[in-house]
Amino acid sequence: MQSRLLSTLIVMPAWNEEESVADVVAEVFRSLPGVHCLVVDDGSTDRTAVVARAAGATVATLAVNLGVGGAMRVGFRYALENGFDYVVQVDSDGQHDPQSVISLLQALDDADVVLGARFAGAGSYRVTGPRRWAMVALAGVISRLAHTTLTDTTSGFRASGPRAVRLFAAHYPAEYLGDTIESLVIAARAGCVIRQVPVVMRERSGGVPSHDPVKAAIYLGRAGMALLLALMRPRIVLARGEATS
Amino acid sequence: MTLASYLFGIVAAVLIFVVVIEMLRRHQLRERHATWWLIAGTLALVGSVFPVTVTWASRIVGVELPVNLVFFVSLIILFLVCLQQSAELTSLEAKTRTLVEVVAMQDLRIRALEAASASGSAAPAARSDHTERTEQPRPAQPGQLPEAG
Repeated sequence: MQSRLLSTLIVMPAWNEEESVADVVAEVFRSLPGVHCLVVDDGSTDRTAVVARAAGATVATLAVNLGVGGAMRVGFRYALENGFDYVVQVDSDGQHDPQSVISLLQALDDADVVLGARFAGAGSYRVTGPRRWAMVALAGVISRLAHTTLTDTTSGFRASGPRAVRLFAAHYPAEYLGDTIESLVIAARAGCVIRQVPVVMRERSGGVPSHDPVKAAIYLGRAGMALLLALMRPRIVLARGEATS
Repeated sequence: MTLASYLFGIVAAVLIFVVVIEMLRRHQLRERHATWWLIAGTLALVGSVFPVTVTWASRIVGVELPVNLVFFVSLIILFLVCLQQSAELTSLEAKTRTLVEVVAMQDLRIRALEAASASGSAAPAARSDHTERTEQPRPAQPGQLPEAG
């Protein structure tokens, strides 16, 4: 595991997170010795980049806000260019426990993408109403596509192995919900093995998830649209011989 | 139709043509964006000089009032122009995204080079903290990535 940590890149998309990013970076280095941490400053207007750099992270600054998908593709490209085999996405607001990264990385032994799932037993994260229906429906469809049982497909806590890193460096979507739903669809259709590991999520340091039924209904519609489009797009094939050519 | 309305139609159609071609000539409009405007201008010019063509065309497609055919074709052309603009916007956004990525990566490389040259000239062994180590990009080894699974 220690050697795997040395070739692991923690990618943290951060948009105006100067309050929390330093603590999260420090916690990552404490929990995961030897790991490399890339904070992708997604067009922040506050001191996110300065704070993160002072905390010891490498900081890639995006000139304009690209969203989580855009930030993550920078992370995957950085990993590919600098020879990192594994990429773990961790939120910069502190809701993901860096300790869980170990179990995510261990699960990569026989998977290409591992999700840290909130509803898989550990923790007490609860969602109700249309947002919950959307999550259940999405989980059902993507589980079938990936031939496994996934309960939390919108989790932003995920680890990618070498094949997935190569795939995502070229094809990580930047659209709405692309970083969660469409990326999984792309990976599953490209033949990546997807697994989930139960994790505990902490309270988000800033605010609680919205329970507005109108917003939830809009979310349901957009999520369905994103899924439908992802399924209709041409399949991306991951060349088998790419790694040795 | 009075002579005034006949001339008015021709003047409007010629105006479309003159504006589009002048913009093309001054490089204010690229040819691929001008296609639909040129088609619209041509149709407007033909229709205004020879109104009988519009009557004839509407009889062929079964439209009772020729003016309705004019409205319909105008709408279709405006729709196509809008669609083309949305597609162009999408492609521009994708290009912006790639550019932002490249700039961010180059910024990282510059910082690594600056850190390396600073530590090389000033105090080679002084800095061994995490920042220093992580700022050094490791040589890319795309040929040695193991195939998992």
